[in-house]
Amino acid sequence: MTGKNIVGIVFSNAYDECISELTGIRTMGSVPFASRYRLIDFTLSNMVNAGIEKVGVLTKSNYQSLMDHVGTGKPWDLSRKNDGLFILPPFSTNEAGGNADKLASLKGIMGFISRSNEEYVLLSDCNTVLNLDIDALTDYHTAKNADITIVYKNGKKPNLTDVVVLSMNADNKAEKISISPVTEENVNYSLNVIFMKKALLERLINDAISLNYKDFEADIIQGNVDKLNIYGYEATGYAATVESMESYFKVNMELLDPANCDDLFNADRPIYTKVRDDMPAIYGLGSDVKNSLIADGCIIEGTVENSILFRGVRVEKGAVVKNSIVMQDGFVAQNASLNCVVADKSVVITPNKTLSGAENYPVYIGKEIVI
Amino acid sequence: MARKQECIAMLLAGGQGSRLGILTKNIAKPAVPYGGKYRIIDFPLSNCVNSGITTVGVLTQYQPLELNDYIGNGQAWDLDRANGGVHILSPYQQIKGTEWYKGTANAIYQNINFIDRYDPEYVVILSGDHIYKMDYNKMLEYHKEKGAACTIAMLEVSWEEASRFGLMILNDDNSISEFEEKPKNPRSNKASMGVYVFTWSKLRQYLIDDEKDPNSSNDFGKNVIPKMHADGEKMFAYLFDGYWKDVGTIDSLWEANLDLLNPKVDLDLSDTSWRIYAKTPVSPPHYISANAKVQNSMISEGSRVYGDVDYSILFNDVVIEEGAEVKYSIVMPGTVVKKGAVVQYSMVAENAVIEAGAVVGATPEEMANRDDWGVAVVGAGVTVHEGAFVAPKAMVDEDVVKEDK
Repeated sequence: MTGKNIVGIVFSNAYDECISELTGIRTMGSVPFASRYRLIDFTLSNMVNAGIEKVGVLTKSNYQSLMDHVGTGKPWDLSRKNDGLFILPPFSTNEAGGNADKLASLKGIMGFISRSNEEYVLLSDCNTVLNLDIDALTDYHTAKNADITIVYKNGKKPNLTDVVVLSMNADNKAEKISISPVTEENVNYSLNVIFMKKALLERLINDAISLNYKDFEADIIQGNVDKLNIYGYEATGYAATVESMESYFKVNMELLDPANCDDLFNADRPIYTKVRDDMPAIYGLGSDVKNSLIADGCIIEGTVENSILFRGVRVEKGAVVKNSIVMQDGFVAQNASLNCVVADKSVVITPNKTLSGAENYPVYIGKEIVI
Repeated sequence: MARKQECIAMLLAGGQGSRLGILTKNIAKPAVPYGGKYRIIDFPLSNCVNSGITTVGVLTQYQPLELNDYIGNGQAWDLDRANGGVHILSPYQQIKGTEWYKGTANAIYQNINFIDRYDPEYVVILSGDHIYKMDYNKMLEYHKEKGAACTIAMLEVSWEEASRFGLMILNDDNSISEFEEKPKNPRSNKASMGVYVFTWSKLRQYLIDDEKDPNSSNDFGKNVIPKMHADGEKMFAYLFDGYWKDVGTIDSLWEANLDLLNPKVDLDLSDTSWRIYAKTPVSPPHYISANAKVQNSMISEGSRVYGDVDYSILFNDVVIEEGAEVKYSIVMPGTVVKKGAVVQYSMVAENAVIEAGAVVGATPEEMANRDDWGVAVVGAGVTVHEGAFVAPKAMVDEDVVKEDK
């Protein structure tokens, strides 16, 4: 199967509420991540790396930053004469009823789906960070003769609503599907990357409209477990789901392990993002940087340890940044000190200030705030 | 027909840059990497777009493959335009036969048709050999104000260096009274930067006349400009005050790179009002490990540092393993410096491998005779094997093995 035969659909606002601090001014898809990316970069790159040439990005609210980031889709090679990137803002008619749920969102873009000539659809949220081989996924789908294939991970269920948990037979066919079960055990939970024939998706949505279904996970996925061949496809590489501020912090920090970085930024399937044309990072005399990820455009004259610096961050002499995430154009002035802080874009920490949080409760500093 | 443009730029990028040796074995000089993520040509191209000149012809001839590929449709410099934009101009077959570009003036002569399509009043002639940030538009305004036929950008150099440059002796109104090409005893310290603004109608005629002259070597500096001067055309010098460096030699290229680490040098690439654009590689942020030591250096994305880096520039996707030492060096994309290897006072081109315990270059202090010292250069894709030594001033483009003593 070639990617040309697949249309990608990305839910950029899914689970916005779980990191409300970061999504207050943006969508989940445009949340900054790992020094130079936005979460949507992983989803979009996975799709284009498999040859997908048409991607619809569903938006619901606060999508200015998302539009600014994806632009015409050029960085992902999705700025095309034919197909390419489509931003799909909410279509609030009576029938569509807003984008409260994934199902409502899909109802709102029925026109986009039915006008697409591709035979398959790939649905994806943005809050899971992984480098997925979609070619392998589609081959698996064909080999299993599946109707729906759901990418899952084995581990502790994320603390989110509507988490689909699969119980599968030896062949990985789903036999029972539960939604957000209460359990501390390792389970096979869905990463909300779902593959099926476009015609099937259309039929399921039309059924949902006529039967007045409201819930994608319960009515479409769980409700069809006996009627359709639903298969699980295990994501075996590095995959992490952002489910809270704490996990956002933890997932960023996990990338300080080069093995995780290698897996996520696989050279065969690169992750693309918007280019900013910064110079390479400059390390001044007396700078002291340990175990950190640093983007272009940074100027570091102080101490940085176990931290993630985004593009254009400045750390002045005598300043100390430890266990922290400083987003783009942040400024840490002389002798200021940060520990377990998540500083949003363009934050200024004036001289001699000290801020300290805890690993399970990092201090968040909002965009453009001066401390 | 293209829409009229007041001013277009022609960038001479065909030179081999033979003094850069193995660095230009497979690529034209303007495509030589510089400054951790750039290539030399990014400077004139970015200057053009920042100056509002959005039609640029790039004249290529020597090893154009990589340069053409790099420029692509010009999108990285915002030069993918519906009208104008960047155009690669290679020599082409004409009804009277095929000719290589014989000289700088001939290269422009062969592309008169390209320039005429835009019907410009003025043409800026640039070269792809220099690192500098300059507003060509200010120079153009000056050219118009003076009503000149030709304006040449000049820079005041130190008197000691002056004899290495093409110099101009000026009248009080900055019009040019005399030219001196690399004189032994300079009478002026005003050097030409190789940036020219011409009134197109004038230059067009001089190019046609120059082509007819069988004794001409069809060069701007040697033929066209002296002829214009001899004919009494209005020629002015435009004073540029800022960082400018010719990177035509290994030493000057190495120095120009390390200038970026000197806070006293007036070349700020972090200035967002005059960005230098480049094609950015697709690489993750760079990683500095817990045991790495990085001082006074510039590091680009995708690199990983586990060892020591001092006063050096690392391009993208470079790996410096634990215990390796890199100082006063430029390491280009994809190169790996393995455990315990030392790279000092060197330039290492793309995708080279410096194996464990190998030593590249030497510090000037180590040398018995200072004259034997120089920057060591390792060519693209070369492996310097375990324990091997690359001497200062050496240029290696084949794998180096340890010598048996």
